[in-house]
Amino acid sequence: MQGPSDFELSRRKLLLGTAASVAFGAAPTAYAQPSAVPAQADVAEAVSMSKVSFNVNGSLREIALDTRTTLLDALREHLHLTGSKKGCDHGQCGACTVIVGGRRINSCLTLAVMHQGDSITTIEGLGTPEHMHPMQAAFVKHDGFQCGYCTPGQICSAVAVLDEIRAGIPSHVSADLNAPLQLTNAELRERMSGNICRCGAYSNIAEAISEVAGRPA
Amino acid sequence: MKSFSYERARTPAEAAASALRRPDAKFIAGGTNLLDLMKLEIETPAHLVDVNGLALDKIEATPEGGLRIGALLRNTDLAADARVRRDYAVLSRALLAGASGQLRNKATTAGNLLQRTRCPYFYDTNQPCNKRRPGSGCGAIGGFSRQHAVIGASEACIATHPSDMAVAMRALDATVEAVRPDGTQRTIPIADFHRLPGDTPHIETTLQPGELITAVTLPKPVGGAHVYRKVRDRASYAFALVSVAAIVQRDGTGRVALGGVAHKPWRVEAADAELPRGARAVAAQLLANARPTKDNAFKLALAERTIGAALSEAKG
Repeated sequence: MQGPSDFELSRRKLLLGTAASVAFGAAPTAYAQPSAVPAQADVAEAVSMSKVSFNVNGSLREIALDTRTTLLDALREHLHLTGSKKGCDHGQCGACTVIVGGRRINSCLTLAVMHQGDSITTIEGLGTPEHMHPMQAAFVKHDGFQCGYCTPGQICSAVAVLDEIRAGIPSHVSADLNAPLQLTNAELRERMSGNICRCGAYSNIAEAISEVAGRPA
Repeated sequence: MKSFSYERARTPAEAAASALRRPDAKFIAGGTNLLDLMKLEIETPAHLVDVNGLALDKIEATPEGGLRIGALLRNTDLAADARVRRDYAVLSRALLAGASGQLRNKATTAGNLLQRTRCPYFYDTNQPCNKRRPGSGCGAIGGFSRQHAVIGASEACIATHPSDMAVAMRALDATVEAVRPDGTQRTIPIADFHRLPGDTPHIETTLQPGELITAVTLPKPVGGAHVYRKVRDRASYAFALVSVAAIVQRDGTGRVALGGVAHKPWRVEAADAELPRGARAVAAQLLANARPTKDNAFKLALAERTIGAALSEAKG
């Protein structure tokens, strides 16, 4: 029987193989499309390629890709940074959240070619298992996850949320638009509403973020 | 997603000319709605004109004492601008009631105005939809229509406009500035910008082919208490069932616009005049010709109560 690490290795190899075989020709995302989407019937359709270079987690990367490639697919399938996850692929779940130019965005709803010259931070750029970002450490400490699939997006989002509060950007639940912001549990929950956790770890996620923000949940 | 060619435009006029030259082209800015629809092949542009480099992301004072909001200013930045928070709070509130933090960081002023309906029959490519495929029929009429329009709809379409921002802009009497492919500019009052569906629900605005929004201007501040009240199925990150943008002066006069009830932000000047008489009188004027379905008749009572709640909030 295979141990967990063997399984992980073969799964990763499989993913890399899949990405390589579809990198040119059909859309790299074809295998992940929901069944309601029309199939990529016309494989002969002209493919438009484009070059883009951007900085990912401190390294300059230049890639040539099909213009259709989302930033998420570029990160996962071309740069093999598989921390950012594809959940809904429609901006509804937040699993793909990355930080671009200091701001959190849904990497599934933006084209890679639109990010020429940008600085992108993914979960891999925030910390490593040996040197975790304080937000990663707090998620571990407070059990801010169960299955873990939404976690990279939750953590990228949470790091950016604290920056947004520091920058004085108000939210839907801010009582006074013109007064200093209060870092309440309600504020954190409202600001994190673009990150869905179907395991329902929200309470622990809020506790983790609160700890990093320097106040009790 | 269908394949497309891609270009980065350098000037607004160049972008507009590119789009006119290629009838199958679309502008892309934040992309949060367009890419969603392209993945489903509801939108199938063969060419994308990226307008993000056009430097239309400023917000500046106008000589008339108002604000000129760049078409590419992100929703986050518009909501957080100190002048908007102080003088046009209804607009900040409306923006913050919409979407998620991630989406507001990408979504632009112009893109928010141009976003398309979230009618599930528009999104489901197996269903007839006169907006998606003109002449194919309307799946929502006679279908599940709880979210749909109660007023201003037609036999061809009962979809609503999903924007919160546009409802506040309607209450504020904003003006849309656009540039034509020949480089000339024109302004469109927000009241005339979005169309009712009629027989052509696929034509949603009064923009001409190739025309590019460059800014939205707000007249000088009118003062008063600014309230945006949104009722939805969950507390955050959902589209409105009914929303109310209200600006109420100390003497009880003011303006009110509704979201979630029609194909465009819904404002009736005669309803503004009823504000001192309260929510029932206002709702009666706003929704005088409403024709709800059995699924969404609740929106009429909900609108009246939400107006009432907004007026109470405005009194403080």
